[in-house]
Amino acid sequence: MSPASLLVVLLLLSSFAYYLGRRRAFAVAGKIGGSRHLHSRPTYYGSLTALSCAVPALLVFGAWIAFEDNVITSLVLSDLPQSFRNLPEERLSLVINDIRNLVNGNIVSSRPEPSILTAAARYREYMDISHKALTAFTLSAAGLSMVVVARRISPALRARNYVERALVVFLVACSTLAIFTTVGIVFSVLFEALRFFKAVPLSEFLFGFQWSPQIAIRADQVGASGAFGAVPVFVGTLLITLIAMVVAVPIGLFSAIYLSEYAHRKFRDVAKPLLEILAGIPTVVYGFFAALMVAPFVRRAGEYFGLDVASESALAAGLVMGIMIIPFVSSLSDDVINAVPQSLRDGAYSLGATQSEAIKHVVLPAALPGIVGSILLAVSRAIGETMIVVMAAGLAANLTLNPLKAVTTVTVQIVTLLVGDQEFDSPKTLAAFALGLVLFLVTLVLNIIALHVVRRYREQYE
Amino acid sequence: MNNGSGERRNNSGSRIRTIEIVNRSLPGRYRAERRFRLYGLLAVIASLTFLSLLLVSIFVKGYTAFWQTAIRLDVTFDPEVFTPKTVQTADYHGLVARSLGGLFPEVEGRSARRELNALVSTGAVFQLRRLAMDNPEVIGRTVSVWVPADDDVDMWFKGHFDQEGAAGRGRLSERQVAWLERLAAEHRIQKRFNHSFFTSGDSREPELAGIWGAVVGSFYTLIVTAVLSFPIGVAAAIYLEEFAFKNRWTDLIEVNINNLAAVPSIVFGLLGLAVFLNLFGLPRSAPLVGGLVLSLMTLPVIIIASRASLQSVPPSVREAALSVGASKVQTVMHHVLPLALPGMLTGAIIGMARALGETAPLLMIGMVAFIVDIPRGFYDPATVLPVQIFLWADSPERAFVERTSAAIVVLLAFLLLMNAAAVILRRRFERRW
Repeated sequence: MSPASLLVVLLLLSSFAYYLGRRRAFAVAGKIGGSRHLHSRPTYYGSLTALSCAVPALLVFGAWIAFEDNVITSLVLSDLPQSFRNLPEERLSLVINDIRNLVNGNIVSSRPEPSILTAAARYREYMDISHKALTAFTLSAAGLSMVVVARRISPALRARNYVERALVVFLVACSTLAIFTTVGIVFSVLFEALRFFKAVPLSEFLFGFQWSPQIAIRADQVGASGAFGAVPVFVGTLLITLIAMVVAVPIGLFSAIYLSEYAHRKFRDVAKPLLEILAGIPTVVYGFFAALMVAPFVRRAGEYFGLDVASESALAAGLVMGIMIIPFVSSLSDDVINAVPQSLRDGAYSLGATQSEAIKHVVLPAALPGIVGSILLAVSRAIGETMIVVMAAGLAANLTLNPLKAVTTVTVQIVTLLVGDQEFDSPKTLAAFALGLVLFLVTLVLNIIALHVVRRYREQYE
Repeated sequence: MNNGSGERRNNSGSRIRTIEIVNRSLPGRYRAERRFRLYGLLAVIASLTFLSLLLVSIFVKGYTAFWQTAIRLDVTFDPEVFTPKTVQTADYHGLVARSLGGLFPEVEGRSARRELNALVSTGAVFQLRRLAMDNPEVIGRTVSVWVPADDDVDMWFKGHFDQEGAAGRGRLSERQVAWLERLAAEHRIQKRFNHSFFTSGDSREPELAGIWGAVVGSFYTLIVTAVLSFPIGVAAAIYLEEFAFKNRWTDLIEVNINNLAAVPSIVFGLLGLAVFLNLFGLPRSAPLVGGLVLSLMTLPVIIIASRASLQSVPPSVREAALSVGASKVQTVMHHVLPLALPGMLTGAIIGMARALGETAPLLMIGMVAFIVDIPRGFYDPATVLPVQIFLWADSPERAFVERTSAAIVVLLAFLLLMNAAAVILRRRFERRW
């Protein structure tokens, strides 16, 4: 039985277990005068039986599937002729790949040797045996524990408590998934980054001025030495982020002030959701807009003023990224400005301040920590943004602060290093993970500070 | 205020000076007030202008892709060549060339004939084969068929070459333009609704490229995302909001979820690459892996929305349930959850809309491959709409600009639909306690 159909069978079996448990509960209750003498309602006995059927079987199933492939591969390898077992590891993995492709009926790289053909046949045989054994084990585990639990059903069995405890365990498991995701990110990125730092010293990566990650394939190749000084990449990222913030902060902040303090209610009800559409547009759309419309416009405008503008300039990417970030700044600032109590404004008015003076001298200073927090969140968003810069900012790692030149960013380099063919033992590929680590750490620190500042501030008036 | 200062004015001369100072500064202060207000209004107008500029420019560039230039050919299926046996393998290239040659009998010479044949898309061959195989009765007859024109012809006919040098004809030669003008005069060239844009997969030929493969890929990816992230997200929110005691452990989880919501999306791509592809050995470019990565990304969004939704259910509902003897779990499952579910669904739809537009993490797990086939399952290589847009945006052909914009229009339409669904859901189930 294939694993997929086995799962379906298991589902049917569990439904049957539910039915069985419920019926047994009624039967047991019938002897002592009705189901109200049971500890739990009959459905709980049914659920308990169903759970006892599904959970052990699924555990067996999961463990089996996890190890099946490795066990079979090593068995098949041990059957191969001696000449294969002495191959270096990369060649061996190619052979294994060939065998698997043969098993799955895919195209194989070359004409298969007879020994590989027999190995593929073996593989198929083992798979067959494994699936049969899997079916037998899973179904017997399901059946056995179902019968054991069903036999134990009695009026005193605290079925509801068991079922509820199982449910809470499931809920806990789901909420810890967030932790596992973070751990997964940290470990996967850190592990590969450490491999990178074995080849390239950390100091060179953090303080080097030369970034050209192309590694020579042959010794005599020209212009592919591989230099991993990431300073130009960091500077490029900061430059684009800076441009984006120069666009987004004033526009976003003034929009927030206008919408929360001045605007007519009807205008606000229309303008605010419209502004938030900007946040919902996919970044690839912004990237296309930047590359196709804004970059040529910036270049033509530059030519008009006699400036030399690269066709993929930091300015174009930064401008569009700023537009994307406006709603983040405006909606978060809007929240904090609204949270400033009316009594403060009234106090200012009563002293004879105009509305703008009240805003400038009372509301904004009071809201400042929250606004700073929202700007920090926007900065981390800008640093981590990928598609706009991939499509509009270029690849050349120029160490420049000139916004009219092409620069590159951390995210762009990650994409260019990892898209396409990869070999996972070259510093070129691993460099992407080192950059990813930096990106993760920087944005994490910014987010923690920002969340802290925003929360701290909010508590003041509550 | 006036009253108080008015009384004092009679007694003390210095007070009069103060009010004069105030009065003198008033016009300037009112000007500053108006200026400040104007800045605010300008900021709002600027952002709305950006929005409309973006949407309008993409729509204007893209809507023409929904029509495709086609050329009407009179095709004669010679019964000696096209028998039921040979119908699959017959020379359809020659058939197209003969039909074109029939329209322009005066064209002689190899290079001229090649230029003539270049007017029609290579897709014409497949179209004619399908026609002959599906309708055997056409064999032996002459039928008039609309076949897709080449993308250069398409661009010329739609007038996209107006501003671009080479006498406004792009890569077309002078005699090609002359032939096209003759075809147009004979009503043999026309813009028709572009079916293949909605029904076919990607192609190197712009006139044959469609978004259906990407739409199906997006669909499979989002199915995986929804199936994983919604139940898990709701479960996590229920635990944190209803069951968890406030301790260090739950604090850690909470801070973690908030941070995960702000981790750059490309880092999730790195996670997917290192864990799902390299560690677990799942297939590259598969909707399954894309869905897994996107569900990890969407999870925090759904958890946060679900918690807000649970919080809005008043405690009296819980207390009422507990007071009639329901257990904690029964209270939550039978009373609180049904009331909070619409809000959770709204959050989930918004999270899914974000996942639909996400590109960067999918680049990491190899969903950028050029894939012509329509994916048929969760393991098939596939691409998704935003990645398709990214790929097309990189293509040098002029005609792909139009396709890219049109694909963006379709993507935005889907997003609009999802957001509208979320709004309607919220309106419909909104409840004031």
